[in-house]
Amino acid sequence: MSSALRQLYQDVIMEHSRNPRNVGKMDDANAEANGNNPLCGDKISVYVKLDREIIVDAKFDARGCAISVACASMMTEMLKGKTIQEAKGAYARFVDLLTSSDIPSIPKDEILSSLMGVREFPTRIKCATLPWQTLVAAIDGSAKIVTTE
Amino acid sequence: MSANGDYPIGQIRGDFPILSEKVRGKPFVYLDNGASAQKPSAVIEQISKTYETGYANVHRGVHYMSQIATDAMEDARRKVKDLLKAADEKEIIFVRGATEGINLVASSWGGANLKPGDEIILSVLEHHSNIVPWQIIAKQTGAIIKVVPIDDDGVFLMDEYEKLLSKRTKLVSVTHVSNALGTVVPVTDVVRLAREKEALVLIDGCQAAPHMPLNVRELDVDFYVFSGHKLYGPTGIGVLYGKEELLETMPPYQSGGEMIDRVTFENTTYSGLPFKFEAGTPDIGGIIGLGAAIDYINKIGFDAIALHERDLLDYGTKCLSAINSVELIGTAPEKAAILSFNIKDIHPHDVGTILDYDGIAVRTGHHCAQPVMDRFDLAATVRASFGLYNTRSEVDALVDGINRVQEMFR
Repeated sequence: MSSALRQLYQDVIMEHSRNPRNVGKMDDANAEANGNNPLCGDKISVYVKLDREIIVDAKFDARGCAISVACASMMTEMLKGKTIQEAKGAYARFVDLLTSSDIPSIPKDEILSSLMGVREFPTRIKCATLPWQTLVAAIDGSAKIVTTE
Repeated sequence: MSANGDYPIGQIRGDFPILSEKVRGKPFVYLDNGASAQKPSAVIEQISKTYETGYANVHRGVHYMSQIATDAMEDARRKVKDLLKAADEKEIIFVRGATEGINLVASSWGGANLKPGDEIILSVLEHHSNIVPWQIIAKQTGAIIKVVPIDDDGVFLMDEYEKLLSKRTKLVSVTHVSNALGTVVPVTDVVRLAREKEALVLIDGCQAAPHMPLNVRELDVDFYVFSGHKLYGPTGIGVLYGKEELLETMPPYQSGGEMIDRVTFENTTYSGLPFKFEAGTPDIGGIIGLGAAIDYINKIGFDAIALHERDLLDYGTKCLSAINSVELIGTAPEKAAILSFNIKDIHPHDVGTILDYDGIAVRTGHHCAQPVMDRFDLAATVRASFGLYNTRSEVDALVDGINRVQEMFR
Protein backbone atom coordinates (compact mmCIF):
# COMPACT_ATOMS: atom_id res chain seq x y z
CA MET A 1 0.00 0.00 0.00
CA SER A 2 1.38 3.39 -0.94
CA SER A 3 2.39 5.68 1.86
CA ALA A 4 0.25 8.60 0.61
CA LEU A 5 -2.83 6.40 0.78
CA ARG A 6 -1.86 5.22 4.24
CA GLN A 7 -1.36 8.84 5.23
CA LEU A 8 -4.87 9.64 3.97
CA TYR A 9 -6.55 6.64 5.56
CA GLN A 10 -4.51 6.58 8.74
CA ASP A 11 -5.71 4.81 11.85
CA VAL A 12 -7.19 7.81 13.62
CA ILE A 13 -9.30 8.68 10.56
CA MET A 14 -10.41 5.09 10.02
CA GLU A 15 -11.28 4.82 13.70
CA HIS A 16 -13.43 7.97 13.62
CA SER A 17 -15.14 6.92 10.38
CA ARG A 18 -16.02 3.50 11.79
CA ASN A 19 -17.16 4.87 15.16
CA PRO A 20 -18.11 8.47 14.61
CA ARG A 21 -18.75 10.53 17.77
CA ASN A 22 -21.62 12.92 18.34
CA VAL A 23 -23.88 11.50 15.64
CA GLY A 24 -27.56 12.30 15.48
CA LYS A 25 -30.10 15.08 15.60
CA MET A 26 -29.97 17.53 18.52
CA ASP A 27 -33.41 18.54 19.72
CA ASP A 28 -32.31 21.56 21.73
CA ALA A 29 -29.85 22.94 19.17
CA ASN A 30 -30.01 26.68 18.76
CA ALA A 31 -27.98 26.74 15.57
CA GLU A 32 -28.02 24.31 12.68
CA ALA A 33 -27.30 24.10 8.98
CA ASN A 34 -27.26 21.60 6.16
CA GLY A 35 -24.31 21.04 3.87
CA ASN A 36 -24.37 19.58 0.40
CA ASN A 37 -21.73 18.45 -2.03
CA PRO A 38 -23.69 18.63 -5.29
CA LEU A 39 -20.88 16.91 -7.18
CA CYS A 40 -21.20 13.71 -5.20
CA GLY A 41 -24.58 13.92 -3.49
CA ASP A 42 -23.10 13.80 0.00
CA LYS A 43 -25.06 15.52 2.75
CA ILE A 44 -24.44 16.65 6.28
CA SER A 45 -26.43 18.38 8.99
CA VAL A 46 -24.54 20.11 11.80
CA TYR A 47 -26.26 20.98 15.10
CA VAL A 48 -24.79 23.33 17.67
CA LYS A 49 -25.89 24.32 21.14
CA LEU A 50 -24.58 27.75 22.02
CA ASP A 51 -24.42 29.44 25.39
CA ARG A 52 -23.72 32.98 24.30
CA GLU A 53 -20.26 32.73 22.69
CA ILE A 54 -19.50 29.23 23.91
CA ILE A 55 -20.21 26.04 21.95
CA VAL A 56 -21.67 23.80 24.63
CA ASP A 57 -22.49 20.87 22.36
CA ALA A 58 -22.16 19.88 18.71
CA LYS A 59 -23.58 16.95 16.76
CA PHE A 60 -23.87 15.92 13.15
CA ASP A 61 -25.73 13.61 10.83
CA ALA A 62 -24.01 12.73 7.57
CA ARG A 63 -24.18 10.61 4.49
CA GLY A 64 -20.64 10.72 3.26
CA CYS A 65 -17.26 9.12 2.73
CA ALA A 66 -14.77 8.04 5.38
CA ILE A 67 -12.93 11.37 5.15
CA SER A 68 -15.99 13.58 5.60
CA VAL A 69 -17.48 11.47 8.40
CA ALA A 70 -14.16 11.27 10.27
CA CYS A 71 -13.65 14.96 9.81
CA ALA A 72 -17.12 15.79 11.13
CA SER A 73 -16.62 13.46 14.09
CA MET A 74 -13.27 15.00 15.02
CA MET A 75 -14.64 18.49 14.49
CA THR A 76 -17.54 18.00 16.89
CA GLU A 77 -15.19 16.56 19.53
CA MET A 78 -12.84 19.48 19.19
CA LEU A 79 -15.54 22.14 19.31
CA LYS A 80 -17.03 21.54 22.71
CA GLY A 81 -16.15 24.31 25.10
CA LYS A 82 -14.64 26.49 22.36
CA THR A 83 -15.82 30.02 21.65
CA ILE A 84 -17.29 30.92 18.28
CA GLN A 85 -14.14 32.90 17.54
CA GLU A 86 -11.94 29.93 18.38
CA ALA A 87 -14.05 27.64 16.18
CA LYS A 88 -13.78 30.01 13.25
CA GLY A 89 -10.07 30.34 13.80
CA ALA A 90 -9.73 26.55 13.75
CA TYR A 91 -11.71 26.44 10.49
CA ALA A 92 -9.45 29.04 8.87
CA ARG A 93 -6.32 27.17 10.00
CA PHE A 94 -7.79 23.93 8.74
CA VAL A 95 -8.58 25.30 5.25
CA ASP A 96 -5.15 26.87 5.08
CA LEU A 97 -3.55 23.62 6.10
CA LEU A 98 -5.28 21.74 3.28
CA THR A 99 -5.04 24.28 0.50
CA SER A 100 -2.05 26.60 0.97
CA SER A 101 0.61 26.22 -1.69
CA ASP A 102 3.42 26.37 0.91
CA ILE A 103 3.97 23.12 2.68
CA PRO A 104 2.73 23.88 6.17
CA SER A 105 4.53 22.70 9.28
CA ILE A 106 2.81 19.78 10.95
CA PRO A 107 0.38 21.18 13.50
CA LYS A 108 0.67 20.12 17.11
CA ASP A 109 -3.03 19.43 17.25
CA GLU A 110 -3.55 15.71 16.63
CA ILE A 111 -6.84 16.19 14.83
CA LEU A 112 -5.44 18.71 12.38
CA SER A 113 -2.23 16.79 11.79
CA SER A 114 -4.13 13.59 11.04
CA LEU A 115 -5.83 15.34 8.15
CA MET A 116 -2.63 16.55 6.50
CA GLY A 117 -2.77 13.54 4.16
CA VAL A 118 -5.78 15.04 2.40
CA ARG A 119 -3.43 17.64 0.87
CA GLU A 120 -2.16 15.00 -1.52
CA PHE A 121 -5.68 14.33 -2.82
CA PRO A 122 -7.08 17.56 -4.25
CA THR A 123 -10.33 15.88 -5.29
CA ARG A 124 -10.99 14.99 -1.66
CA ILE A 125 -10.38 18.35 0.03
CA LYS A 126 -14.07 19.27 -0.24
CA CYS A 127 -14.96 16.06 1.61
CA ALA A 128 -12.89 17.33 4.54
CA THR A 129 -14.02 20.95 4.48
CA LEU A 130 -17.79 20.42 4.10
CA PRO A 131 -18.44 19.69 7.81
CA TRP A 132 -16.54 22.84 8.76
CA GLN A 133 -18.26 25.00 6.17
CA THR A 134 -21.58 23.76 7.46
CA LEU A 135 -20.58 24.47 11.04
CA VAL A 136 -19.67 28.07 10.19
CA ALA A 137 -23.00 28.50 8.37
CA ALA A 138 -24.79 27.18 11.44
CA ILE A 139 -23.12 29.53 13.93
CA ASP A 140 -23.38 32.49 11.58
CA GLY A 141 -27.00 31.66 10.78
CA SER A 142 -25.99 32.86 7.34
CA ALA A 143 -27.30 30.05 5.20
CA LYS A 144 -29.63 27.16 5.78
CA ILE A 145 -27.88 25.10 3.12
CA VAL A 146 -24.24 25.44 2.14
CA THR A 147 -22.67 23.75 -0.83
CA THR A 148 -19.08 23.01 -1.73
CA GLU A 149 -19.61 24.59 -5.16
CA MET B 1 -7.64 -10.85 -24.16
CA SER B 2 -11.09 -11.37 -25.54
CA ALA B 3 -13.55 -14.19 -25.98
CA ASN B 4 -13.74 -13.05 -29.56
CA GLY B 5 -10.42 -14.25 -30.96
CA ASP B 6 -10.76 -12.22 -34.16
CA TYR B 7 -11.17 -8.92 -32.38
CA PRO B 8 -7.94 -6.96 -32.99
CA ILE B 9 -7.65 -5.73 -29.42
CA GLY B 10 -3.87 -5.23 -29.50
CA GLN B 11 -4.05 -3.11 -32.60
CA ILE B 12 -7.05 -1.17 -31.27
CA ARG B 13 -5.27 -0.35 -28.00
CA GLY B 14 -2.31 0.82 -30.03
CA ASP B 15 -4.61 3.27 -31.82
CA PHE B 16 -5.20 5.16 -28.54
CA PRO B 17 -1.99 6.90 -27.43
CA ILE B 18 -3.25 7.72 -23.94
CA LEU B 19 -3.73 4.04 -23.10
CA SER B 20 0.03 3.57 -22.95
CA GLU B 21 0.39 6.36 -20.36
CA LYS B 22 1.33 5.33 -16.85
CA VAL B 23 -0.49 6.58 -13.74
CA ARG B 24 1.89 6.72 -10.77
CA GLY B 25 4.04 4.16 -12.54
CA LYS B 26 1.13 1.78 -13.09
CA PRO B 27 -0.71 0.95 -16.32
CA PHE B 28 -3.60 3.31 -16.97
CA VAL B 29 -6.85 1.32 -16.68
CA TYR B 30 -9.57 3.54 -18.07
CA LEU B 31 -13.04 2.43 -17.01
CA ASP B 32 -14.80 5.79 -17.20
CA ASN B 33 -15.99 5.63 -20.80
CA GLY B 34 -19.53 6.52 -19.79
CA ALA B 35 -18.23 9.96 -18.81
CA SER B 36 -16.05 10.39 -21.88
CA ALA B 37 -14.15 8.11 -24.24
CA GLN B 38 -10.47 8.41 -25.14
CA LYS B 39 -9.48 9.44 -28.66
CA PRO B 40 -7.76 7.35 -31.32
CA SER B 41 -4.80 8.80 -33.27
CA ALA B 42 -7.04 8.97 -36.33
CA VAL B 43 -9.18 11.62 -34.59
CA ILE B 44 -6.28 13.52 -33.02
CA GLU B 45 -4.39 13.62 -36.31
CA GLN B 46 -7.45 14.61 -38.33
CA ILE B 47 -8.00 17.63 -36.08
CA SER B 48 -4.36 18.70 -36.48
CA LYS B 49 -4.50 18.08 -40.20
CA THR B 50 -7.60 20.23 -40.52
CA TYR B 51 -5.90 23.20 -38.87
CA GLU B 52 -2.61 22.56 -40.67
CA THR B 53 -3.84 22.04 -44.20
CA GLY B 54 -7.55 22.70 -44.65
CA TYR B 55 -8.89 25.41 -42.38
CA ALA B 56 -10.87 28.62 -42.89
CA ASN B 57 -14.38 29.68 -41.93
CA VAL B 58 -17.11 27.64 -43.58
CA HIS B 59 -20.04 28.56 -45.83
CA ARG B 60 -18.67 32.06 -46.26
CA GLY B 61 -15.56 32.65 -48.30
CA VAL B 62 -15.25 32.34 -52.01
CA HIS B 63 -11.68 31.27 -51.43
CA TYR B 64 -10.06 27.88 -51.72
CA MET B 65 -9.49 27.11 -48.02
CA SER B 66 -13.05 28.01 -47.10
CA GLN B 67 -14.27 25.56 -49.71
CA ILE B 68 -11.95 22.82 -48.43
CA ALA B 69 -13.13 23.32 -44.83
CA THR B 70 -16.79 23.51 -45.88
CA ASP B 71 -16.51 20.30 -47.89
CA ALA B 72 -14.82 18.50 -44.99
CA MET B 73 -17.47 19.68 -42.54
CA GLU B 74 -20.35 18.70 -44.81
CA ASP B 75 -18.65 15.37 -45.45
CA ALA B 76 -18.72 14.80 -41.67
CA ARG B 77 -22.44 15.63 -41.67
CA ARG B 78 -22.96 12.88 -44.25
CA LYS B 79 -21.07 10.46 -42.01
CA VAL B 80 -23.37 11.32 -39.09
CA LYS B 81 -26.40 10.91 -41.35
CA ASP B 82 -25.16 7.45 -42.34
CA LEU B 83 -24.35 6.55 -38.72
CA LEU B 84 -27.94 7.33 -37.68
CA LYS B 85 -29.43 6.10 -40.99
CA ALA B 86 -31.26 9.42 -41.24
CA ALA B 87 -33.12 10.26 -44.41
CA ASP B 88 -31.34 13.51 -45.18
CA GLU B 89 -28.32 15.57 -44.10
CA LYS B 90 -30.70 18.46 -43.39
CA GLU B 91 -31.86 16.48 -40.37
CA ILE B 92 -28.40 16.53 -38.77
CA ILE B 93 -27.88 19.60 -36.58
CA PHE B 94 -24.46 20.12 -35.03
CA VAL B 95 -24.64 21.25 -31.41
CA ARG B 96 -22.14 21.38 -28.52
CA GLY B 97 -23.35 18.09 -27.10
CA ALA B 98 -26.45 16.13 -26.19
CA THR B 99 -27.22 18.68 -23.47
CA GLU B 100 -27.47 21.48 -26.01
CA GLY B 101 -29.50 19.24 -28.32
CA ILE B 102 -32.12 18.64 -25.63
CA ASN B 103 -32.13 22.31 -24.64
CA LEU B 104 -32.68 23.21 -28.29
CA VAL B 105 -35.74 20.98 -28.59
CA ALA B 106 -37.13 21.99 -25.20
CA SER B 107 -36.73 25.67 -25.94
CA SER B 108 -37.64 25.76 -29.62
CA TRP B 109 -40.23 23.01 -30.02
CA GLY B 110 -41.40 23.16 -26.39
CA GLY B 111 -41.63 26.94 -26.33
CA ALA B 112 -43.73 26.99 -29.50
CA ASN B 113 -45.98 24.01 -28.81
CA LEU B 114 -46.47 23.31 -25.11
CA LYS B 115 -49.62 24.63 -23.46
CA PRO B 116 -50.81 24.60 -19.85
CA GLY B 117 -51.81 21.07 -18.86
CA ASP B 118 -49.82 19.38 -21.65
CA GLU B 119 -47.72 16.50 -20.40
CA ILE B 120 -44.10 15.52 -20.94
CA ILE B 121 -43.07 11.97 -20.00
CA LEU B 122 -39.55 11.27 -18.71
CA SER B 123 -38.20 8.27 -16.81
CA VAL B 124 -36.41 7.77 -13.50
CA LEU B 125 -33.35 6.71 -15.54
CA GLU B 126 -32.74 10.17 -17.00
CA HIS B 127 -29.50 12.09 -16.78
CA HIS B 128 -30.02 15.58 -15.35
CA SER B 129 -29.60 16.97 -18.87
CA ASN B 130 -32.82 15.22 -19.86
CA ILE B 131 -34.69 16.50 -16.81
CA VAL B 132 -33.76 20.10 -16.14
CA PRO B 133 -34.45 21.57 -19.63
CA TRP B 134 -37.95 20.09 -19.45
CA GLN B 135 -38.53 21.47 -15.96
CA ILE B 136 -37.58 24.92 -17.17
CA ILE B 137 -39.83 24.84 -20.24
CA ALA B 138 -42.64 23.24 -18.20
CA LYS B 139 -42.47 26.15 -15.78
CA GLN B 140 -42.61 28.63 -18.62
CA THR B 141 -45.49 26.98 -20.45
CA GLY B 142 -47.54 25.39 -17.68
CA ALA B 143 -46.82 21.89 -18.96
CA ILE B 144 -46.60 18.98 -16.51
CA ILE B 145 -43.85 16.36 -16.16
CA LYS B 146 -44.70 12.70 -15.57
CA VAL B 147 -42.06 10.13 -14.68
CA VAL B 148 -41.90 6.45 -15.66
CA PRO B 149 -40.66 4.34 -12.72
CA ILE B 150 -38.14 1.48 -12.85
CA ASP B 151 -38.06 -1.81 -10.97
CA ASP B 152 -35.39 -3.07 -8.56
CA ASP B 153 -33.23 -4.30 -11.44
CA GLY B 154 -33.38 -0.89 -13.10
CA VAL B 155 -35.78 -2.00 -15.83
CA PHE B 156 -37.98 0.66 -17.46
CA LEU B 157 -41.56 -0.27 -16.53
CA MET B 158 -43.39 -0.37 -19.85
CA ASP B 159 -46.84 -0.99 -18.34
CA GLU B 160 -46.44 2.02 -16.03
CA TYR B 161 -45.36 4.07 -19.03
CA GLU B 162 -48.46 2.95 -20.90
CA LYS B 163 -50.61 4.11 -17.98
CA LEU B 164 -49.00 7.54 -18.00
CA LEU B 165 -49.62 8.06 -21.71
CA SER B 166 -52.76 9.99 -22.59
CA LYS B 167 -54.13 12.51 -25.06
CA ARG B 168 -52.41 15.15 -22.91
CA THR B 169 -48.97 13.63 -23.59
CA LYS B 170 -47.20 15.85 -26.07
CA LEU B 171 -43.66 14.52 -25.81
CA VAL B 172 -41.82 11.53 -24.41
CA SER B 173 -38.13 12.11 -23.72
CA VAL B 174 -36.21 9.10 -22.46
CA THR B 175 -32.72 7.72 -22.55
CA HIS B 176 -31.74 4.88 -24.86
CA VAL B 177 -29.24 3.49 -22.34
CA SER B 178 -29.04 4.54 -18.68
CA ASN B 179 -25.69 6.15 -17.89
CA ALA B 180 -25.91 5.21 -14.22
CA LEU B 181 -27.10 1.60 -14.53
CA GLY B 182 -26.55 0.51 -18.12
CA THR B 183 -30.21 -0.45 -18.66
CA VAL B 184 -31.19 -0.53 -22.34
CA VAL B 185 -34.66 0.95 -22.77
CA PRO B 186 -36.80 -0.77 -25.43
CA VAL B 187 -37.11 2.34 -27.52
CA THR B 188 -39.15 0.69 -30.29
CA ASP B 189 -41.97 0.01 -27.82
CA VAL B 190 -41.64 3.48 -26.30
CA VAL B 191 -42.17 5.02 -29.73
CA ARG B 192 -44.98 2.66 -30.78
CA LEU B 193 -47.03 3.46 -27.65
CA ALA B 194 -46.35 7.18 -27.93
CA ARG B 195 -47.58 7.15 -31.54
CA GLU B 196 -50.95 5.83 -30.42
CA LYS B 197 -51.38 9.10 -28.51
CA GLU B 198 -49.74 11.18 -31.23
CA ALA B 199 -46.97 12.23 -28.88
CA LEU B 200 -43.47 13.02 -30.13
CA VAL B 201 -40.43 11.10 -28.92
CA LEU B 202 -36.91 12.32 -28.15
CA ILE B 203 -34.25 9.75 -27.36
CA ASP B 204 -31.07 10.60 -25.48
CA GLY B 205 -28.55 8.37 -27.22
CA CYS B 206 -25.37 9.42 -25.40
CA GLN B 207 -24.70 5.98 -23.95
CA ALA B 208 -26.11 4.07 -26.93
CA ALA B 209 -24.32 5.64 -29.90
CA PRO B 210 -20.83 4.34 -28.94
CA HIS B 211 -22.04 0.78 -28.44
CA MET B 212 -24.75 -0.21 -30.91
CA PRO B 213 -25.82 0.34 -34.50
CA LEU B 214 -28.58 2.94 -34.78
CA ASN B 215 -31.38 3.51 -37.23
CA VAL B 216 -33.53 6.53 -36.47
CA ARG B 217 -35.91 5.76 -39.33
CA GLU B 218 -36.52 2.23 -38.17
CA LEU B 219 -36.94 3.44 -34.58
CA ASP B 220 -39.21 6.16 -35.98
CA VAL B 221 -38.03 8.65 -33.33
CA ASP B 222 -38.68 12.35 -33.82
CA PHE B 223 -35.47 13.55 -32.17
CA TYR B 224 -32.26 11.75 -31.26
CA VAL B 225 -29.27 13.35 -29.53
CA PHE B 226 -25.74 12.21 -28.74
CA SER B 227 -22.37 13.68 -27.76
CA GLY B 228 -19.27 13.27 -29.91
CA HIS B 229 -16.83 12.93 -27.01
CA LYS B 230 -18.45 9.73 -25.82
CA LEU B 231 -18.13 8.32 -29.35
CA TYR B 232 -14.31 8.61 -29.35
CA GLY B 233 -14.62 12.05 -30.97
CA PRO B 234 -13.59 15.47 -29.67
CA THR B 235 -15.30 17.37 -26.87
CA GLY B 236 -17.56 20.29 -27.63
CA ILE B 237 -19.42 18.67 -30.50
CA GLY B 238 -22.66 16.74 -30.54
CA VAL B 239 -25.60 15.98 -32.76
CA LEU B 240 -29.31 16.60 -32.76
CA TYR B 241 -31.21 14.54 -35.27
CA GLY B 242 -34.74 15.73 -35.96
CA LYS B 243 -37.31 14.75 -38.55
CA GLU B 244 -37.18 17.30 -41.34
CA GLU B 245 -40.88 18.18 -41.24
CA LEU B 246 -40.63 18.90 -37.51
CA LEU B 247 -37.43 20.91 -37.69
CA GLU B 248 -38.99 22.97 -40.50
CA THR B 249 -41.83 24.10 -38.23
CA MET B 250 -39.60 24.94 -35.26
CA PRO B 251 -38.39 28.49 -34.58
CA PRO B 252 -34.60 29.15 -34.35
CA TYR B 253 -32.91 28.44 -31.01
CA GLN B 254 -29.99 30.82 -31.14
CA SER B 255 -29.59 33.55 -33.71
CA GLY B 256 -26.79 35.36 -35.46
CA GLY B 257 -24.62 34.59 -38.45
CA GLU B 258 -24.91 31.51 -40.64
CA MET B 259 -28.55 30.93 -39.70
CA ILE B 260 -29.92 33.83 -41.76
CA ASP B 261 -31.12 34.21 -45.30
CA ARG B 262 -31.53 38.00 -45.44
CA VAL B 263 -31.22 40.57 -42.67
CA THR B 264 -32.50 44.13 -42.61
CA PHE B 265 -33.36 46.14 -39.51
CA GLU B 266 -37.02 45.64 -40.36
CA ASN B 267 -37.02 41.91 -40.85
CA THR B 268 -34.88 38.79 -41.10
CA THR B 269 -35.55 35.61 -42.99
CA TYR B 270 -33.81 32.44 -41.91
CA SER B 271 -31.69 29.89 -43.67
CA GLY B 272 -33.04 26.47 -44.46
CA LEU B 273 -32.09 23.32 -42.58
CA PRO B 274 -29.75 22.49 -40.99
CA PHE B 275 -28.27 26.00 -40.85
CA LYS B 276 -31.35 27.58 -39.25
CA PHE B 277 -30.23 25.87 -36.03
CA GLU B 278 -26.49 26.47 -36.40
CA ALA B 279 -26.03 30.14 -35.54
CA GLY B 280 -22.46 31.40 -35.47
CA THR B 281 -19.24 29.80 -36.63
CA PRO B 282 -19.51 26.11 -35.82
CA ASP B 283 -16.86 23.95 -34.18
CA ILE B 284 -15.32 23.17 -37.54
CA GLY B 285 -12.38 21.16 -36.21
CA GLY B 286 -14.64 19.29 -33.81
CA ILE B 287 -17.13 18.37 -36.52
CA ILE B 288 -14.41 17.08 -38.83
CA GLY B 289 -12.87 15.20 -35.88
CA LEU B 290 -16.24 13.61 -35.16
CA GLY B 291 -16.35 12.46 -38.77
CA ALA B 292 -12.96 10.79 -38.25
CA ALA B 293 -14.25 9.08 -35.10
CA ILE B 294 -17.21 7.66 -37.02
CA ASP B 295 -14.85 6.37 -39.73
CA TYR B 296 -12.73 4.76 -37.03
CA ILE B 297 -15.68 3.00 -35.40
CA ASN B 298 -17.03 1.84 -38.74
CA LYS B 299 -13.67 0.32 -39.57
CA ILE B 300 -13.94 -1.92 -36.50
CA GLY B 301 -17.66 -2.42 -36.98
CA PHE B 302 -20.50 -2.23 -34.48
CA ASP B 303 -21.11 -5.98 -34.58
CA ALA B 304 -17.55 -6.67 -33.42
CA ILE B 305 -17.68 -3.86 -30.83
CA ALA B 306 -21.00 -5.08 -29.43
CA LEU B 307 -19.68 -8.65 -29.16
CA HIS B 308 -16.49 -7.53 -27.43
CA GLU B 309 -18.31 -5.27 -24.97
CA ARG B 310 -20.90 -7.96 -24.26
CA ASP B 311 -18.05 -10.26 -23.27
CA LEU B 312 -16.61 -7.60 -20.95
CA LEU B 313 -20.03 -7.05 -19.38
CA ASP B 314 -20.61 -10.78 -18.83
CA TYR B 315 -17.12 -11.34 -17.49
CA GLY B 316 -17.25 -8.25 -15.27
CA THR B 317 -20.70 -9.16 -13.93
CA LYS B 318 -19.47 -12.66 -13.10
CA CYS B 319 -16.30 -11.40 -11.37
CA LEU B 320 -17.99 -8.68 -9.31
CA SER B 321 -20.93 -10.94 -8.36
CA ALA B 322 -18.41 -13.39 -6.94
CA ILE B 323 -17.26 -10.81 -4.35
CA ASN B 324 -19.55 -11.13 -1.33
CA SER B 325 -19.46 -7.53 -0.21
CA VAL B 326 -20.07 -6.09 -3.68
CA GLU B 327 -23.60 -5.20 -4.63
CA LEU B 328 -24.33 -4.53 -8.29
CA ILE B 329 -26.83 -1.72 -8.82
CA GLY B 330 -28.65 -2.19 -12.11
CA THR B 331 -29.15 -5.79 -13.15
CA ALA B 332 -31.53 -5.44 -16.07
CA PRO B 333 -31.44 -8.33 -18.55
CA GLU B 334 -30.74 -5.86 -21.38
CA LYS B 335 -27.68 -3.83 -20.44
CA ALA B 336 -24.80 -1.94 -22.00
CA ALA B 337 -21.29 -2.58 -20.62
CA ILE B 338 -21.74 -0.54 -17.45
CA LEU B 339 -21.20 -1.93 -13.95
CA SER B 340 -22.53 0.27 -11.18
CA PHE B 341 -21.78 -1.11 -7.74
CA ASN B 342 -21.15 -0.49 -4.07
CA ILE B 343 -18.89 -2.23 -1.60
CA LYS B 344 -20.57 -2.90 1.73
CA ASP B 345 -19.86 -0.16 4.33
CA ILE B 346 -17.33 1.64 2.12
CA HIS B 347 -18.25 4.93 0.49
CA PRO B 348 -17.79 5.11 -3.30
CA HIS B 349 -15.41 8.08 -2.98
CA ASP B 350 -13.06 6.13 -0.81
CA VAL B 351 -13.24 3.26 -3.30
CA GLY B 352 -12.54 5.66 -6.18
CA THR B 353 -9.55 7.27 -4.46
CA ILE B 354 -7.95 3.93 -3.65
CA LEU B 355 -8.59 2.48 -7.13
CA ASP B 356 -7.14 5.64 -8.64
CA TYR B 357 -3.97 5.03 -6.69
CA ASP B 358 -3.61 1.82 -8.68
CA GLY B 359 -4.16 3.66 -11.95
CA ILE B 360 -7.77 2.52 -12.30
CA ALA B 361 -10.13 5.30 -13.36
CA VAL B 362 -13.78 4.81 -12.40
CA ARG B 363 -16.55 7.27 -11.83
CA THR B 364 -17.89 7.70 -8.32
CA GLY B 365 -20.86 9.79 -7.36
CA HIS B 366 -24.44 10.19 -8.53
CA HIS B 367 -23.53 10.19 -12.23
CA CYS B 368 -25.72 13.26 -12.82
CA ALA B 369 -28.69 10.97 -12.29
CA GLN B 370 -29.84 11.74 -8.75
CA PRO B 371 -33.36 10.33 -9.30
CA VAL B 372 -31.76 6.93 -10.02
CA MET B 373 -29.75 7.17 -6.78
CA ASP B 374 -32.89 8.18 -4.85
CA ARG B 375 -34.74 5.20 -6.34
CA PHE B 376 -32.19 2.88 -4.74
CA ASP B 377 -31.82 5.10 -1.65
CA LEU B 378 -28.14 5.68 -2.36
CA ALA B 379 -26.03 8.83 -2.39
CA ALA B 380 -23.62 7.43 -4.91
CA THR B 381 -22.20 4.37 -6.61
CA VAL B 382 -18.92 3.31 -8.16
CA ARG B 383 -19.29 2.95 -11.91
CA ALA B 384 -17.04 1.04 -14.27
CA SER B 385 -18.07 1.72 -17.86
CA PHE B 386 -16.36 -0.09 -20.70
CA GLY B 387 -15.40 0.87 -24.21
CA LEU B 388 -14.16 -0.82 -27.34
CA TYR B 389 -10.53 -0.88 -26.11
CA ASN B 390 -11.04 -2.42 -22.67
CA THR B 391 -9.93 -5.96 -21.85
CA ARG B 392 -10.69 -8.80 -19.52
CA SER B 393 -7.38 -8.21 -17.78
CA GLU B 394 -8.58 -4.69 -16.95
CA VAL B 395 -11.63 -6.28 -15.31
CA ASP B 396 -9.15 -8.43 -13.34
CA ALA B 397 -7.28 -5.26 -12.34
CA LEU B 398 -10.56 -3.79 -11.08
CA VAL B 399 -11.23 -6.92 -9.02
CA ASP B 400 -7.70 -6.79 -7.54
CA GLY B 401 -8.29 -3.12 -6.76
CA ILE B 402 -11.57 -3.88 -4.99
CA ASN B 403 -9.76 -6.47 -2.89
CA ARG B 404 -7.15 -3.89 -1.91
CA VAL B 405 -9.89 -1.41 -0.96
CA GLN B 406 -11.38 -4.03 1.32
CA GLU B 407 -8.02 -4.81 2.87
CA MET B 408 -7.56 -1.14 3.67
CA PHE B 409 -10.95 -0.83 5.28
CA ARG B 410 -10.79 -4.15 7.14
